Amino acid sequence: MKKILVVCGNGLGSSFMVEMNVKNVLAQLGVEADVSHTDLTTAKTEKADLYLGSSELISTLDDGTRTIIGLTNLFDQEELKRHLEAHLC
Amino acid sequence: MFDFIMNDVLGTPAILVGLFALIGLLLQKKGIADVISGTLKTIMGFVILGGGATILIGSLDIFGNMFEKAFNIEGVIPNNEAIVAIAQQTFGQETAMIMLFGMVMNIVIARFTKFKYIFLTGHHTLFMACLISAVFATGGVTGVPLVIIGSVLLGLLMVFSPALLQPYVRKITGNDSIAVGHFGSLGYFTAGFIGKYIGDPSKSTETIKVPKSLGFLRDTSVAMSLTMAILFLVVAPIAGKDYVEAELSGGVNFLVFSLMQAITFAAGVYIILAGVRMLIAEIVPAFKGIADKVVKDAKPALDCPAVFPFAPNAVIIGFLFSFIAGLLSMFLLPIFGLKVIVPGLIPHFFTGAAAGVFGNATGGRRGAMVGAFANGILISFLPAFLLPVLGSLGFEGTTFGDSDFGIVGILLGFFIRLFS
Repeated sequence: MKKILVVCGNGLGSSFMVEMNVKNVLAQLGVEADVSHTDLTTAKTEKADLYLGSSELISTLDDGTRTIIGLTNLFDQEELKRHLEAHLC
Repeated sequence: MFDFIMNDVLGTPAILVGLFALIGLLLQKKGIADVISGTLKTIMGFVILGGGATILIGSLDIFGNMFEKAFNIEGVIPNNEAIVAIAQQTFGQETAMIMLFGMVMNIVIARFTKFKYIFLTGHHTLFMACLISAVFATGGVTGVPLVIIGSVLLGLLMVFSPALLQPYVRKITGNDSIAVGHFGSLGYFTAGFIGKYIGDPSKSTETIKVPKSLGFLRDTSVAMSLTMAILFLVVAPIAGKDYVEAELSGGVNFLVFSLMQAITFAAGVYIILAGVRMLIAEIVPAFKGIADKVVKDAKPALDCPAVFPFAPNAVIIGFLFSFIAGLLSMFLLPIFGLKVIVPGLIPHFFTGAAAGVFGNATGGRRGAMVGAFANGILISFLPAFLLPVLGSLGFEGTTFGDSDFGIVGILLGFFIRLFS
């Protein structure tokens, strides 16, 4: 099972809301995955198949070893769905 | 048996919250593995939270000592955890009962009125229950009447506070799916209200370009370490090298010691956040379990950092302006013959930042600055006025921090005097 990690500055508010959105979208797509959320510092040491977050924040994780999705509008479900479809289906 | 349930089981907040998660998971008909891990992780989150608080308070105490030495001010440091810990020795049972039945009242009110808010900030529920017990007991109301009146009052506050803020929360989040449940609501409401008259929401704090090189500050643990390092390194030399090395650091160089304390503080915050993350991750779905069964269209009322991601620049501006107001108040309070309230970083950070976000939603940059400043004044003056209401109980030295505890305590004290 793939692991998706949603990242934000604090790892509490927005990443948790996006995590719930991701679970929603995955259910619609019929894909199973392990989804969780965390802060930037922890994300640097936690392994995942896919890292999700707002584009300017998530770019600091981009060192060439990770698969990264940067969202322009964090709470846009349509944008999220497009990205997840492209990566998982 | 009664004593065991009230004191040891329900009197331990971690277990109380764990029970809440357990019931929620059972109502959702989750599998046995999910129920066990969810309940355990919720309790563990609470324990981690406490561990982080211990680390943080250690560093904060040292900062307090340096501050008192540096500016020769002996003041009252508002600290919810400290005042509740003291009050628990006298009112532990009443507090636990009021908390439990207050939560039940919250669900009942949400079920039967149009105010569908479920107040999820558990530690604030506990603090408010404790404040109510203390103020009523001072006024001579005890036993069963105290628990009944207290629970109804707590339940009402748990719904009223999010309802008061919701028009502004809709503006901040752009939708109506979450609410803010935090007893700093008077400050946030004031910020949102003032912002409307003095600023322009289109000039948002979020259009300020934060240079890309400053992007690393969005990493909370980095920003927190830097802020604390600056504060410590300013105060320590004023307190004096000799004082710090003789009294606090045990001989370690005062600058090295200050830097380490600053980073220790940030580490404490990091641990607290990890605990909160664990706690919320299980409580929110568990809450949904209860709410979906009992209350149709319930809205979760979340801790104030829930609005931070919607305006990260307003968070920093809000913290700074609230803290400035706290520093100014420190000099104003003695002029009015009131006790000096030393501005605490934690209440100013959390409630100041949230006030900044609320002010920004209605009044842009100017709203964020003035709104947060107003919040800073409130959380300095209200605790000073609250002291006499609690003072007769020997509570002096520390008091409740956030604005709602102040206003509720003062009003309750006033009405109790009126009727007794």
